[in-house]
Formats: sequence, C-alpha cells, structure tokens
Amino acid sequence: MSRMIVGPFNRVEGDLEITLDFDGDKVRQAEVNATLFRGFESMLEGRKASDVLIFAPRICGICSVSQSVAAATALSQIYGVTPTENGQKAINLMLANENAADLLTHFYLFFMPDFAREVYQDQPWFSEVKLRFKAMRGRSVSGALQARTTWLKMMGILAGRWPHTLAIQPGGSSRAIVDSETLQLTLLARQFRQFLEQQMLGSSLERFLGCQTEAEFLAWQSNTTSSDFGLFCEVARALELSQLGCSPGQLMSYGNYPDMEGGRTFASGIFDKGGRKILNPNLITEDTHYAHYQGSDILSPWADNVAPELDKAQAYSWCKAPRLDGNVMEVGALARQVMTQQPLINDLMARYGSNVYTRIVARVVELATIVTLVESWLETGFTKESAFCQSATTVACSKGMGLIEAARGGLGHWIELEGDQIKNFQVIAPTTWNFSPKDSRNVSGALEQALVGARKLPNEQTPVSVQHIVRSFDPCMVCTVH
Amino acid sequence: MNILWLQSGGCSGCTLSFMGLEEQDLLSWSNMLDLNWLWHPSLTENSAQETKTIVQKVLNNEISLDIFCLEGSVIMGPNGTGRFHMLSGFNMPAKELILQLSQKAGYVLAIGTCAAYGGITAAGNNLVEATGLQYDQNQFGSLLPKHFRSAMQLPVINISGCPVHPAWVAETIGLIALNQFTESSMDSVGRPLFYANKLVHHGCSRNEYYEYKASAQKPSDLGCMMENMGCVGTIAHADCNERGWHGNSSCTKGGYACIDCTSPDFGRVKHAYQSTPKIGNIPVGLPTDMPKAWFIALSTLSKSATPKRIKENAVQDHIVISPEIKQTKR
Repeated sequence: MSRMIVGPFNRVEGDLEITLDFDGDKVRQAEVNATLFRGFESMLEGRKASDVLIFAPRICGICSVSQSVAAATALSQIYGVTPTENGQKAINLMLANENAADLLTHFYLFFMPDFAREVYQDQPWFSEVKLRFKAMRGRSVSGALQARTTWLKMMGILAGRWPHTLAIQPGGSSRAIVDSETLQLTLLARQFRQFLEQQMLGSSLERFLGCQTEAEFLAWQSNTTSSDFGLFCEVARALELSQLGCSPGQLMSYGNYPDMEGGRTFASGIFDKGGRKILNPNLITEDTHYAHYQGSDILSPWADNVAPELDKAQAYSWCKAPRLDGNVMEVGALARQVMTQQPLINDLMARYGSNVYTRIVARVVELATIVTLVESWLETGFTKESAFCQSATTVACSKGMGLIEAARGGLGHWIELEGDQIKNFQVIAPTTWNFSPKDSRNVSGALEQALVGARKLPNEQTPVSVQHIVRSFDPCMVCTVH
Repeated sequence: MNILWLQSGGCSGCTLSFMGLEEQDLLSWSNMLDLNWLWHPSLTENSAQETKTIVQKVLNNEISLDIFCLEGSVIMGPNGTGRFHMLSGFNMPAKELILQLSQKAGYVLAIGTCAAYGGITAAGNNLVEATGLQYDQNQFGSLLPKHFRSAMQLPVINISGCPVHPAWVAETIGLIALNQFTESSMDSVGRPLFYANKLVHHGCSRNEYYEYKASAQKPSDLGCMMENMGCVGTIAHADCNERGWHGNSSCTKGGYACIDCTSPDFGRVKHAYQSTPKIGNIPVGLPTDMPKAWFIALSTLSKSATPKRIKENAVQDHIVISPEIKQTKR
C-alpha cells in the first residue's frame, strides 16, 4: 500500500487536496480536503437581513448569481413577498445566463485541457485535441472565451455587472427591461447559439437535443466528428470514460427556474436505484464528525452554527458532510437532467450510471437546453402590466430557506433572524455535497467513492485519471466551505 | 514576462471577471503582451507536483518572477498562524508562500479588494483574521510591512474592486509590461490612478435625477439612489460609469446602489448597505470635497425646482413622462 497527497489542483475553483491510498496501482481509499476556511456564516451575525444580498454572492465568484437567488428566495419568505412576474423572469434569465456560462467554461477551460497532456501523445486524436484545448493556447479555448464574454453581455443588461450584482431582490429585479433591450438580449442569445452550433456541437441545438437514446446519440456523433464536443465523444469512447469515476449515483436536484405557478422548469426530486422520489428538505443534515468543527453532531442547517476547531483528532476537511435522510447525494447537471427526465440522459444514466462520461454529456445537454429556454422566455418577453420589483421592508417571518440550482448543483441558504438582525446564516453549496468528507458512520462522500478504483500509470505523481474524475464534478471549493 | 497568480482568502470572482476581458479574449491579449503564465489556478495546465516544482524553482531563483498576483485576502488566523488556509499540497500556511513569493517578484499585485485591504473576507467578526497584502483596511502595513518594496522598488499595487473590472487588471499588467507603471501611477492607498482618480458618479446615467434630488424609493425606481438607497457613487473611486461593464453597463445602470467596493473600508462598514444612513433628513455620506452646507443649500433649491417629469419618473421603473419636444417657431 502507498499513500499520495495530491494538490494543489488547477482548473478547480479554490483550493483542494486529496489523500489517496493505493493498493498497487489502484486507489483503495480517498480523503478529500477543502483547505480554506473563511467564516462567512458567522460574519453576518448581527447584520440587517438585507445585507445578506451584499455578502452571499461574494461567497463564490463563479456562482455569484446563484448565491444571490438563494439568498433573495430566503429573504422573500422573511419579508412575505414574492417576485413580480417580470422580476421572476429577469431573475431566471440571469440564473440561466450564469449557469450556461459556467457549463461552457467548465468544458473548455477546466475539463478538456487534461486530454491535451503529453501522457496522451500516442493517441490518434491527440494532435487535434492539443490544437484545440491546450491550456492557455488552444484555438477553441480562445473562441470559447470570446463566446462567453459576448454571452455575459446579457448580464450587463439584466444585472448591471457580473459577478456580484445587487439586481436580484426578494421582490424581483432592480433592473426593468424595455422592448429594445429584450431585442438586444435575443440577439445575444442567437450569437451564443451560433457558437454552440458551429463550434461546439456541429449541429443545430434541436438536432442534438432530439437524440432520445444512446443509439440516436451515436448516430448524431458520426455526423459531428469535427466539432469540439464530437471530439470529446471520440476521446470518451477511446478512454472508456463511462467506466471512470463511477459514483453510487444517488442524485438530488432542488429544481430550477421557478415559474409563476409554483413549479420549476427543471423538476426537483431525488433519484436512486428505487427510482424517482419527492425531495423533503427537512431531512437535510450536516455531519461534522470528520470536519474541523467543534463536536461530532448531526445537525439540521437551522442549528448548525458550530465554531471551528482546528486540532480535532479525526478531522481532515473544512467541509461538513451534508446528508439527506442519512444518505450521500450527488448534485449537478446530471442530477437535474435525470430528475427532469431528459430522454437521452435518462437512457445514458440507465445504461452507465453516474461517471465521468455521463456527467459531461449531461452538462452539454443542459447547456443546449438552457439556450432554447432563454430564447423561449425572451420570445414571450416581459408584460407591460407588471412591475419588475416590489418593496420588501417589513419582516413577516423570522425564518427563510432558499433552495436553487447553481451550475454545479443544489445550493441552499438557511436564514434565521432575531428582530430584524441575522441570528443564523447557513449555506450548503453544491460541492459541499459532492466533495463531502466521511460522516460519523464512516460513509465516504460522492467524490471519495468515485475515486475508488482509479488507476495511476507507472511513475505518475499526479494521476491523470484522478484529475479527470475530480474535474468531472466541476468542483468549487470556495463555495464548499465558505 | 513571467507571471504567477495565487489565490487565498477570496471567492475567485476576480479571476472570473478577468476572464471576461472584452477588448480581446484573455489568451490573445496575454500572447500579445508575451506573458508567460507560470501558474494561474483557472487557466494553466499544471497541477500538484508540476506546480510545486515551478514554485520551488522561483523560490530558488531558477525562474525569475516578474509579476506576482494575489487574489483573495491573506488569512492570518488563528492567532497569526495562518492555519485557516493551509495551501494544498505544500503543507504550509498560504500566508508563508505569499510572503516568500512577494519577496521574489518584480511587481506585486493585489487583485481585488480582499487582496488589497482585506475586503469582504475581513468583514464582521473576522474570525479568520483576514487582511490585505500590505494594508489592513486603510492602515498601511500588514503581512508585508509599510516599508516593503518589490524588486522594482514599488509597494503593492492595489487593483481593488469587488470584483475587479477585467480591464483594470489588463491595463495595469499592460503598463507594467511596457515598463510604464511607476509609483506616480498610484493613489495614496496604492490603487492605479487610471481608474481610481475617477468617481463612480462620473457618467452616471441618473445624473438628471441627482441634479434635482429626485430620489428612488425602492429597487427598480429610476431616480437617484443617493438619498434613500445607500448609493455612494459620489465618493467611490472608480471609472465604472465611464468605462462600462459588459459593454456599457454598471451597478447604477443595473438599478442598484454603488457600495464603494474599491474602498479600503469595503466590507467593514457597520450600517446596512442598501439604505442611506441619515442624520435627521440629511444623508451622512455626502461628497467629500464639497462644503456640506453648500450641498444642502443646493439640494434644497434644486428639490424645490424639480420638474414634474423628473419627479414622477424617479419613482417608476420605466419612463412615464417623456421630455418635451422643443418646437422652434417657423
């Protein structure tokens, strides 16, 4: 048996360290450590409730809008208001814009560059992958950055700026949109569609999203080999990425993009071997047994404001271990698309479960879907009758919970007031779920389980297989601990 | 030029903002200036052992370090040990490596308000003892002492902002690459003057409402946000409204207050951010270089002369009364 400590990881948001124990060339056990603690939850104690909207987005610069939406949702319960119809649509557009930007960034900047490493130089696809995806030099990376910047101009119109906007309020959006701006947004969405169709997919979004089964998807791939995603599909087949980084596949989604009828465009729920079930957020707990906090309790987020304890004997991470009814859950695009019964992702999940391949395909399917959603929302546009925001000034209830989906998965805020001041603010971020340490029953988190069985090549000091698995979750470590 | 970018107590938001550089995509811009990225946590290929080898070579003077960027605050806690952020793979507190790299670099850049002054990470009870690189809030001297000078004889360059505007970083690095950034390029708290000698108020699209003190009362109202909504654009140092974000936008164009995110005090302000603290009816955060009595006198006068159009539009989310069309006699 040998031990390897891997870190720091590049192209992962924030600081991550993983301890791997090997049996021969195979990982026997993994411990995931989030190494940075900032103390966001306690820094808000005693502040006015509305100040959450200043602090929450700054938990994370990559899912900043998602943090704002979770906070504003919790505050809307506290103030007893709901966003106006126009306000909700504007918020959904911002959330969709951020999520799509994240999904794009992950594919081009964070995930694909690992296949341009010299370790793959003998593969027939290597020269093409290197030309397109080599970190800091890839032709496609440059194009993706341009497409991202243009797409984010939507944030300029809707949110003033990104990241860290204050446009998202409990009663709606602070930025009313006029018709000519709806037109500008529509054209920006079309420009982004053009990039996806010409560069990333090599087919119309509709043809891609029309694939309902693996067989149809494989047929689609045979016509789009020259696209960036087509190239990924070739790499995925060659390296059998569907066998890499298999997790237990217990999936959870809070659902995303609220509509005015109280539903969500992407369905919420949980999925395991028994099928789909309703999600009961009251069953969410955090376990601090292996985390650097006082005590070893299993606590509800409403009562989870535990102080740090650096030298706790068994602790190895600043990340608490969230569990749903005691179970490890995996969150992200795969969970969202399975819960919302996207046909192709349903089929791939049934065949292969959750692994590097299905996580990436689900992200690209979601990216394409989001663009079609944004287009359809803009087509109906904003109503002339409804305001964009209503006032939220009087505290109606001392508690609020905001559950929303960032690109990386389910994000929850729990806020409790005393008078009009914050008494407790708790966050469970997507990567808190995916990269959780063991719990007090010694059950490992989703990534820890997905790493078991990963192989290192002879003389590898930082196994590339481990890097593929880690990045397939699109982790965000700053969110994780906060 | 060799450049190395490290993150500590922050949110990665400055990196994510920087990636949205508009003049050119980030990679093309970087190639044009011939920058050699030794490490950037979101952009470069190398991880783990590869990274540690590069850092070791810098520390052993085998690789020269022209520009060292820190994003995020320096975590000093608990009790000055820095153990709230142990740098992964290095088995050392991040603050130690930050110190060592600062001592090797030609220029040291604090990217964002956290790295410059402590920022949001140092807010509230500041459990983690977060500070800026060479400033703790507005006090000169922190991890790096007051007398610290980088190899090019400059104090830390504080590109503050929460987040930074991508062009603030790109233009600072560009000026350095062209050897045109000197101590006279910085203001008295280390910020590049090209954006810090402007006020957010300059070019604010709500100027007419400001002139007549026609004020917004709730989010999404079109009026001036100074009187009620907590806007401090008249005292905030940045060119946001002149330069524009994402094309042509800004916080005030987004319908919300400027909260002075480039300030050394950002995050440390005690009052609630989204409403204006007042004494009686008078906001406390008045323009810093104007006699208060004058300001109040002018405000009272202009308020009494506010046209109906401006008064009514100020409390709507869209224009309800259009400006009159001047008709010249034929």
